[in-house]
Amino acid sequence: MEKETTDAAKPVAAKSIDPAALEMLAHADGCGIDTAFSRADTMKPCPIGESGACCRICSMGPCRLVGKNAEEKTGICGADMGTIASRHFARQVAGGVSAHSDHGRDMAMTLRAVALGEAAGYKVKDEQKLHVVADYLGVPTSGREVNEIALDVADVALTQFGQPHGEIIYTKRATLKRQAKWRELGITPRAIDREVVEVLHRTHEGVDLDAENILKSALRCSLADGWGGAMLSTDISDILFGTPSPLSSEVNLGVLKDDQVNVIVHGHEPTLSAMLVEAARDPELIAEAKAAGAEGINLAGICCTSNEILMRYGIPAAGNFLHQELAVLTGAVEVMVVDVQCIMQALGPLSQRFHTKLVTTSPKAKIPGATHVEFDEHRAPETAREIVRMAIANYANRGPVHIPDFHEPLVAGFSHEYLNYMQGGFHRGSFRPLNDAIIAGRVRGLAGVVGCNNVRVTQDEGIVEMIKRFIADDVMVVVTGCAATAGAKAGYLSPEILDHAGPGLREVMEAIGIPPVLHLGSCVDNSRILTVLTQVATEGGLGEDIDDLPAVGLCPEWMCEKAIAIGTYFAASGAHVIFGVSSPVEASSEATRLMTTGWEEMVGGDLEFIPDWDAMYARSLELIDAKRAALKLPAYDPSQYGDSGDSLFFAEIKKYLADKAAEAERGVETVGSPVYPLADGHSHDHGDGHSHDHTHGDHTHGEGEA
Amino acid sequence: MSRYIATRAIRGAQGMVREAEEAVNAALVELGPDAPVAFTNTAYYLPVIYAFTGEKVEKLGDLPAIIERAKNLLHPVPSNNMWLPYLGETLDSGIATLFAEEAMEGARFARGTEPQVIKLDHARADGARFTGGDLGVHGDKMKLNGPIDDIQLRAWGIQLVDGRMPGFCAIVGCAKSNEVAVKIVRELQSRGILIFLSGNVNGRSIIHQLQEEGIQLGYDTFTVPFGIDTISAVYALGFAARSALTFGGMDAGNARKIMLYNKYRVFAFVLALGEVDDLKYATAAGAISFGFPTIADTRIPQILPTGVTTYEHVVSMPFDEIPGADDMERTEKLIQRCMEVRGVKVKIAKVPIPVSYGSAFEGERIRKDIMYAEFGGKRSNAFEFLRMKPADEVEDGKITVSGTDIDGMEEGGALPLGMVVDVSGRKMQTDFEPILERQFHYFINGVEGIQHNGQRDIAWTRISKSTFGKGFRLEHFGKVIHARIHEVFGNIVDKVQVHLTTDQAEVDELIEVARVAYAERNERIANLTDESVDTFYSCLLCQSFAPNHVCVINPERVGLCGAYNWLDCKASYEINPTGPNQPVAKGLVIDAEKGEFSGPNEYIYQNSNQAVERVTLYSIMEAPLTSCGCFEAIMVLVPEANGFMIVSREDPSMTPCGMTFSTLAGTAGGGMQTPGMMGMGKYYLTSKKFISADGGMKRIVWLSSNLRESMRPALQEVCEREGMPDLLDKIADETVATTVEDLLPFLEEKGHPALTMDPLF
Repeated sequence: MEKETTDAAKPVAAKSIDPAALEMLAHADGCGIDTAFSRADTMKPCPIGESGACCRICSMGPCRLVGKNAEEKTGICGADMGTIASRHFARQVAGGVSAHSDHGRDMAMTLRAVALGEAAGYKVKDEQKLHVVADYLGVPTSGREVNEIALDVADVALTQFGQPHGEIIYTKRATLKRQAKWRELGITPRAIDREVVEVLHRTHEGVDLDAENILKSALRCSLADGWGGAMLSTDISDILFGTPSPLSSEVNLGVLKDDQVNVIVHGHEPTLSAMLVEAARDPELIAEAKAAGAEGINLAGICCTSNEILMRYGIPAAGNFLHQELAVLTGAVEVMVVDVQCIMQALGPLSQRFHTKLVTTSPKAKIPGATHVEFDEHRAPETAREIVRMAIANYANRGPVHIPDFHEPLVAGFSHEYLNYMQGGFHRGSFRPLNDAIIAGRVRGLAGVVGCNNVRVTQDEGIVEMIKRFIADDVMVVVTGCAATAGAKAGYLSPEILDHAGPGLREVMEAIGIPPVLHLGSCVDNSRILTVLTQVATEGGLGEDIDDLPAVGLCPEWMCEKAIAIGTYFAASGAHVIFGVSSPVEASSEATRLMTTGWEEMVGGDLEFIPDWDAMYARSLELIDAKRAALKLPAYDPSQYGDSGDSLFFAEIKKYLADKAAEAERGVETVGSPVYPLADGHSHDHGDGHSHDHTHGDHTHGEGEA
Repeated sequence: MSRYIATRAIRGAQGMVREAEEAVNAALVELGPDAPVAFTNTAYYLPVIYAFTGEKVEKLGDLPAIIERAKNLLHPVPSNNMWLPYLGETLDSGIATLFAEEAMEGARFARGTEPQVIKLDHARADGARFTGGDLGVHGDKMKLNGPIDDIQLRAWGIQLVDGRMPGFCAIVGCAKSNEVAVKIVRELQSRGILIFLSGNVNGRSIIHQLQEEGIQLGYDTFTVPFGIDTISAVYALGFAARSALTFGGMDAGNARKIMLYNKYRVFAFVLALGEVDDLKYATAAGAISFGFPTIADTRIPQILPTGVTTYEHVVSMPFDEIPGADDMERTEKLIQRCMEVRGVKVKIAKVPIPVSYGSAFEGERIRKDIMYAEFGGKRSNAFEFLRMKPADEVEDGKITVSGTDIDGMEEGGALPLGMVVDVSGRKMQTDFEPILERQFHYFINGVEGIQHNGQRDIAWTRISKSTFGKGFRLEHFGKVIHARIHEVFGNIVDKVQVHLTTDQAEVDELIEVARVAYAERNERIANLTDESVDTFYSCLLCQSFAPNHVCVINPERVGLCGAYNWLDCKASYEINPTGPNQPVAKGLVIDAEKGEFSGPNEYIYQNSNQAVERVTLYSIMEAPLTSCGCFEAIMVLVPEANGFMIVSREDPSMTPCGMTFSTLAGTAGGGMQTPGMMGMGKYYLTSKKFISADGGMKRIVWLSSNLRESMRPALQEVCEREGMPDLLDKIADETVATTVEDLLPFLEEKGHPALTMDPLF
């Protein structure tokens, strides 16, 4: 891979494709304030560490294998490049797994407190989901009280972290074929904490020194996330806060209001933010805000805390990862509340240059310069009100405000459960229509576009580029995390963009009423993609397992260890995964081979790193089409589609009306309606003496007649 | 859905639910909550509601809860911008519409205003057989059918499973012209598609159109008028829901299974004629949930992706834009497209005659006033005879006619008719002669405007004026027989020639030849016993509807539908060696008295999805045969009387076990093995092996009167064989006992033998 070696700063226009970000970066320049974007100009990645050639495991080093024959060299202990790169990679996986899973553990702890009646303000919101999860976990439900079930569910969930024997229960939600494969390979995860600990042990100085074996343990550890911590986190969040279903909202910095008290939540957990949603809607607090001279209280989110409350409450998203500093730069944020993960330390000093109060809430995550209001689930509503009042009080301290006027509408809220519902209704939900669409070639394949922002590439560019091309080529896209926000900011999470989709995908969009890009939630909700893919595989007609599906997972702008963990568990579950930016094992051809062809042979999925967008896209289609061919599905042929949906109908009606108008102009009298030549109104007689007559003057706008 | 359709369907659903709520509330005020709500002759309450929810609506007071359920399934219409998904929501609204429509019909039944009576301007056709007997035109009024009763549903069972009736079409609305309406019905009939009629456009319904054109409506012509409003289309879905309950053995309340059963097994579709209004869209959304697509003859948005239905969901074919020389050709194309969209595989019988042909015409009646001529019956003698001949004596396709042809007869006249059919074929056997010959009834009845009754030397055929007018002559009977034998029995018959004669002397001469053969056949069948063969046959035809059901058919027991005996199965196996009738080796005798053999046990275990482990052929008390859904009668233990009762499918009355036929059938049907309860073909009653292990005919303590009377001579023979010539009149029926309390004194008084026989337990 060719590395850019110039030290010259990236021109501002190349930093982001988001006009709101560009406007704020210009504003930052004007204020003389640094951001991650500008710091990236001066802080280049360490090329040795970036490619996995640096070993920092013991104090005989750090050893770095560089130069012409780097792969023939070893560290002081004799560790070769494969071992060094793989060890570092495995530790990244363990770091990511621990982040998601610790989040999952906290959710289980909250559920436990709710069940014991110790968490004021929280309750089991989705009893149906509680029952489903209880069934998965072997908790009896019949004739039991909700909180009794919830307590057992929480306790069984907690055992998944440290159980001394057995396998993680949720691995049974994979296809039978997949479960058998994991057992055969010895990578079925046993307990979440144990897999993390074991990777840390194996990668300690002088333990596992075989690249293949190390990477295999990384696969196992990642499964403890995807089919363990993350999946539990999603499920328990749904139990506590409701399983998402579609709703519309808005995204980008323009959702901040210059005349309202703006509170931003940032981080990853739904627990406190759910309480903040209620506090922000509390008439008493709204009255206090008004008394303070504001029009109201405006809550908005950044990163995945944002996704959690967008999916369930429709709270607008102010932006993704790289927007965190830009939001403060608007000068319109009274309080930014953060919990865990992806929070830049830079927010501390930055917030001090504005009136913005930075509030840390997790005992696990403190920042110098921030106000710490520790979140305690036993008194969450008060904490939330305290924070909102802090914001109201701070409104008066606002200085000049610069809110870029960019906000896009979006439809979010696609849970696995709703995907099932939307394809058949309450009684007949299934994945049959999607499978049919893939089999027929209306939908060429499925792509997950997920992950972070990374200043090493143009913000959102890779994500949006992939989404744009996929939907034009009839590939249906699901998104999570910061990639979802990127897609939304560019307008792709809208059901209205029919003209951007290929003819086949467009038919499916119109049949169901969906955007071509479906928002499945936060990054921890990537587990939803696993359960969705599993259901597609078991619905029939597309093979037996995830590695048979014409599907691909992309993480164009990956940044953190969680992304590495996610990519690895998708590969271990059978998916082809492509990451952008750069490869953390690039220095080792052995580790690269193991993670591509090696893993493909083992588990059917693999993990590739392709920084070039064109190459990434070409490879994605190649993978999708190869799977279609392997399934003996008809080759993708968009020319067959385009006769379905409203547009043709409306076009015909318009043509008819135009013809009629032209005839009328020529003095020709015509009879009949555009819809049916015999009728010029319609009626339905109920046979009991009374009938209803309606006459529609204009048939082109059915929805306007209500 | 498309957003346009979703908008209109959801709006239609909201309106319908509101309207139903008002109607139910008004009825409650007027009639009170205890006023009974019941469709005619059904054990399934309001069937869509019952199938989906398990709720048994029996009185008006039960309906408000259903309206609430419907309301819970309603959703807002999609917005103009940034709309939320609407497919699941529209399908839910469709189900809400069906609930509301059925509740509305329930309220009308409570008031006695359903089935509807419509006024006709130019009534031309007679009424035919309907629910509740012969109904139809009286003066300028016509009573419509309303919902189909359970009796007819079950009677159609075997036709639905063996493919003679490949599916149903719910027509809603009004065709472009009367001519097109007739053509649509004829096209569907010639494919054997059952037709349900409802709805109107500007007050005019296809029912009016067909009446004006003199088209016979009713069960026998597969053309059932439900009502002239859209709401009555819900009866079609009630029919579909009940087929899952009766034939599929589904439990009420399991909506998902019931809908999937319909998607995969019931080939139904909606044909929307004329403008589609909100309520029609909403009702169609309910149908789509069952997997039934909609085809419209107007311009509406199409929904082509598949999934909820097997193929396209909604197809639009603006009638005037269908390519074709005239409206008749356009209609043909419209119906062909319907078949494609639903994936209905229909083999249309290609018969070279000047009128339409199809199993839907089998039930037509030719009354005197529309008859041109008849053969057989009271005024002349007639016979039909098929014999096997060496290949060199048969010239395929040769049809000879001697004597006066139809055009030489006067209107209303009668002549004798002999029809001798010679066949040859390498795989043909003498045993198959009567099987082929018995099909003549169906072959000839399939002709539009021909009514055929009887067989052998009691055949009786009538031809209508209109069919004669279209050029139908005697040779066409030959053409029908020739074409149909080749089509159905092509595997065993190579050549067919037909001779027809109306010459009295020739008829009298040939009839004697035939009678010798008839006598030989009777003797052969009489000597055919279970002991004289080493192979029985299976019948898995019904597995398309009842997946665990297996019939084992032995020489002395007819299949429980009454349509297949051992010889039929043997021939069917010859014709199609991989078909539904397979040889079942008798194997070892495990219990000769009860009729348990190792072969049938193994076969039934393997072919019932391991649901049934053993079977006895001569006992109802121990491991009896499973019951599908289309049995002719059901036999049930009456423990108090130490015997059994038999209820015929046609008998709607209450019985001593406290259940009607429909309820009983619902308990035993769907491929279950229920000791003490068993579906049966009615001719099993005359077999020597009739529950011989349990005591045979002497155990029968109650028998539907229509069975006893229609089979009296044969049953009398059985009683004499059993040594009790007066047994038949010791058996109670619905006229003397509909409770056990009434039954026992009657049996005591008559000295019925069952009371003193060994205890059954």
